[in-house]
Amino acid sequence: MKVTVTVNGSEVAAEVADRTLLVHFLRDVAGLTATNVGCDTSSCGACTVLLDGRSVKSCTVLAAQADGRAVTTVEGLSGGADELHPVQRAFRAEHGLQCGFCTPGMVMASVSLLAENPSPTEDEVRSALEGNLCRCTGYHNIVRAVLAAASERRPR
Amino acid sequence: MIPAPFTYRRASSVDEAVDLAAQAGEDAKFLAGGHSLMPLMKLRLAVPETVVDIGRIGELSQIGEGHGHFTIGALATHDLLARSGVLAAGLPLLANAAGQIGDPQVRHCGTIGGSLAHADPAADLPAVIMALDATLVARGPSGTREIAAGDFFLGLFETALQPGELLTEIRIPKPKSAGWSFQKFTKRAIDWAIVGVAVQGPNVALVNMGSTPIRASGVEQALASGSGPREAAARAAEGTSPADDLNGPRQYREHLARVLVARALEESSART
Repeated sequence: MKVTVTVNGSEVAAEVADRTLLVHFLRDVAGLTATNVGCDTSSCGACTVLLDGRSVKSCTVLAAQADGRAVTTVEGLSGGADELHPVQRAFRAEHGLQCGFCTPGMVMASVSLLAENPSPTEDEVRSALEGNLCRCTGYHNIVRAVLAAASERRPR
Repeated sequence: MIPAPFTYRRASSVDEAVDLAAQAGEDAKFLAGGHSLMPLMKLRLAVPETVVDIGRIGELSQIGEGHGHFTIGALATHDLLARSGVLAAGLPLLANAAGQIGDPQVRHCGTIGGSLAHADPAADLPAVIMALDATLVARGPSGTREIAAGDFFLGLFETALQPGELLTEIRIPKPKSAGWSFQKFTKRAIDWAIVGVAVQGPNVALVNMGSTPIRASGVEQALASGSGPREAAARAAEGTSPADDLNGPRQYREHLARVLVARALEESSART
């Protein structure tokens, strides 16, 4: 079937098999490989992207379900290669990553959280990231990064 | 993991969904949020020939309040239920339980109708709607019918829905007594409940204590005859048939049921 998805603001249209998963559409058709396939069972959150602005696990969504809708991947968060989104900046400043495999999903889940709740408590950050696993167990700095990003975005 | 090949059809109305499923025959499945069906299809435990996507039928995501009851569209996501002001005020048990399902990403996609139609014994919402004495509304080729929650769950992943019949709405009578509680025990975040308990007034339903959600009738009888929470909770495992599995033997689940029912009844009575 023909699937057209607005990915990071640009239309991506392709003829794909009906069973194509959104994560494969993003990686193999759109060529955006930051979104990782981790567990492939909707547990680990490495494949988290925004679908119409809200976080989803793209390994468990069909490309067909995203047809005509807007997807944001971590590549689409900032304006250019030299520019970082506040959440990305905070992950770098707070050392919110070790091996980096979970990072795109962690960042997208955090962006979705801050859109819903701009001033989360530490407990709320931990709960909101319960669907994202870090096998390096670097959770403390990830939580610090999200809290730092939230406080940076808050008007002083 | 990629699902086996299938034909994808998208419905824009309930009538069209029922027609598309009827054309496709017995090997059609409805796709709502996909968070129960898609994992099964990726494991090839479900191999439908046709998938009818009902995810864009807007009329099915409404939450409404009538005189004596609430109506919940089958496509209402767990996230929508958890954030609904109407439910927070009138059906806090449902809003609270929905907010504890999976994780935010799962709640953004997963729907109440999908969870009920999937009928996983470890799922939370089936027991919740049993405790709430809900009625399920289904539309099929031969029309619309209502099914009581107590008659809906027939076995492991098996419901009273016929092939081609679409669950469209859940009707929940306004609770007569205000006390409620939802308790579930998991080892890790985002795990399914090893055992769960939903309490609304005198109604007590159990998650994962058999192949279907089940009302804790021994507990309900004890409460009706004036027993206190602890005494009533001692009967929580009566009539249940929990599985032995990696989470523990049957006796462990029976013990958990008694502990969680006691906590739930105490919390519920504190809220009345």
